[in-house]
Amino acid sequence: MELFTNQVLAGIATGAIYACMALAVVMIYQAIDHLNFAQGEMAMFSTFIAWQLMQWGVPYWGAFLLTLAFSFAGGIAIERLLFKPLAKAPILTNVAGFIALYAIINSFAGLIWDFTIKQFPTPFGSSPFLGSQLISTHQAGMIGVTMILLVLLFFFFRFTRIGLAMRAAAAMPESARLVGINTSWMIALGWGMAAAIGSIAGMMIAPVVFLEPNMMLGVLIYGFAAAVLGGLTSPFGAVVGGFLVGIFENLAGTYIPGIGNELKLPIALALIIVVLVVKPAGLFGRPIVKRV
Amino acid sequence: MTAMLNVRDLRAYYGQVQALHGLEFDLNEGSLTTLLGANGAGKTTTLRAICNMVRSTGSIEFEGKPLSGRSTENIVRLGIAHVPQGRGTFTTMTVEENLQLGAITRKDSAAIVSDIERMYDHFPVLKQRHTQQAGTLSGGEQQMLAVARALMLRPRLMLLDEPSFGLAPLIVRDLFRILSKINREDKVSILVVEQNAQLALELADKAYVIETGRIVMSGSASEIANNEDVRKSYLGY
Repeated sequence: MELFTNQVLAGIATGAIYACMALAVVMIYQAIDHLNFAQGEMAMFSTFIAWQLMQWGVPYWGAFLLTLAFSFAGGIAIERLLFKPLAKAPILTNVAGFIALYAIINSFAGLIWDFTIKQFPTPFGSSPFLGSQLISTHQAGMIGVTMILLVLLFFFFRFTRIGLAMRAAAAMPESARLVGINTSWMIALGWGMAAAIGSIAGMMIAPVVFLEPNMMLGVLIYGFAAAVLGGLTSPFGAVVGGFLVGIFENLAGTYIPGIGNELKLPIALALIIVVLVVKPAGLFGRPIVKRV
Repeated sequence: MTAMLNVRDLRAYYGQVQALHGLEFDLNEGSLTTLLGANGAGKTTTLRAICNMVRSTGSIEFEGKPLSGRSTENIVRLGIAHVPQGRGTFTTMTVEENLQLGAITRKDSAAIVSDIERMYDHFPVLKQRHTQQAGTLSGGEQQMLAVARALMLRPRLMLLDEPSFGLAPLIVRDLFRILSKINREDKVSILVVEQNAQLALELADKAYVIETGRIVMSGSASEIANNEDVRKSYLGY
């Protein structure tokens, strides 16, 4: 029983990271109807920035905040330079753009910081949390940071005018323009926020998986699985999906024989396929009905 | 007197297809002007061209400022509210959020709160439903919400695209009564496109008739209403 509780709690902790990645993916998907395959690489690059700042002697939380600001600006820059010109291009052109972005960021990170793994510090320590063997302080910190982020985002989108404008622009762009919303900048803002959310996920998971240019590959696939499971049209669903996928991953790895770390990725991909076949809109997504 | 809205030689295109062929008309400040015409005559396209939502050439001036080259959202910010066909309701949001979105370009938050109350006075049913998702409202209620949302901009000019579409006759009367009140009391000039010619002519002071992308007739609403051709083609008697 203790093993089970332990695995569920550990699943919630990594699930928090998947939830962040899924949320970042869903934010961009809502704004431009494309999956950002480079979301993980953007997060990885941000994490390297944080690491570099700390190497230069910036304290953890200072580096954390600077990285958030850098990521936000970087996300906006990527949208303005690369994806705004592609706004009316066919799907495959956009996919090519995302893959190019993935490769460029990955190679640049390797070029600047090389491909050897690096230790990334945790501000929470890694002793047992509240004296219990079930969960470490870092895992508890991951959950805590994610919860704070989710609450902040909820208030931002629910109660601020700019949050309202962003929701309107994502839901009905033409109507949004007709009330005077600059939808193009709302999309850029969505990119900035998604990049910042992703950077939090990167900085939180880096102490667990170690920092290197390919560290987010697995995390992003699980993030996609979470987003698909929760429904790509539902930010709330993405978060729930993240936690569910985290728990599922850990339980499957523990209880199904033969699934160790090696088969974790296929599990996520299998999950994506099953959801797409059985319930394409996901648990909380709106089915899209088109009149023909 | 110079017109508030000045449209000259307006041509609009959907891909290769030309929908407007040199349309010209004026709208005076404070006026309630109607554009009449059959399906496909170019009424909706005219409104969309004013807000730069369709490719067009020619000149459109609003209060002396040319609108060509401005983005839709910048045209709206000049004080032109557009209630599109299909109403443009934010269906997944609440009634109150829809009203706040109407005022999203304004900075005077205290006045926005009092304007929302004013809209609830105009349209009491919206107050009853203010926390409800807009998509769950009836067609008539959604049209009221669309008009209220447009008014939240405090527009100088309101463009209405077939507000009577799909509504029961009694509700249409109600809506038009409110529109005429808004026109008189709030000094909002209105350009309304209608297939329901009879009602539109009762309400308007000036009317234009569009056929296949051209203005074929213009005059005061009563002149147009008494014109024999218009009576036969649009009023049915």
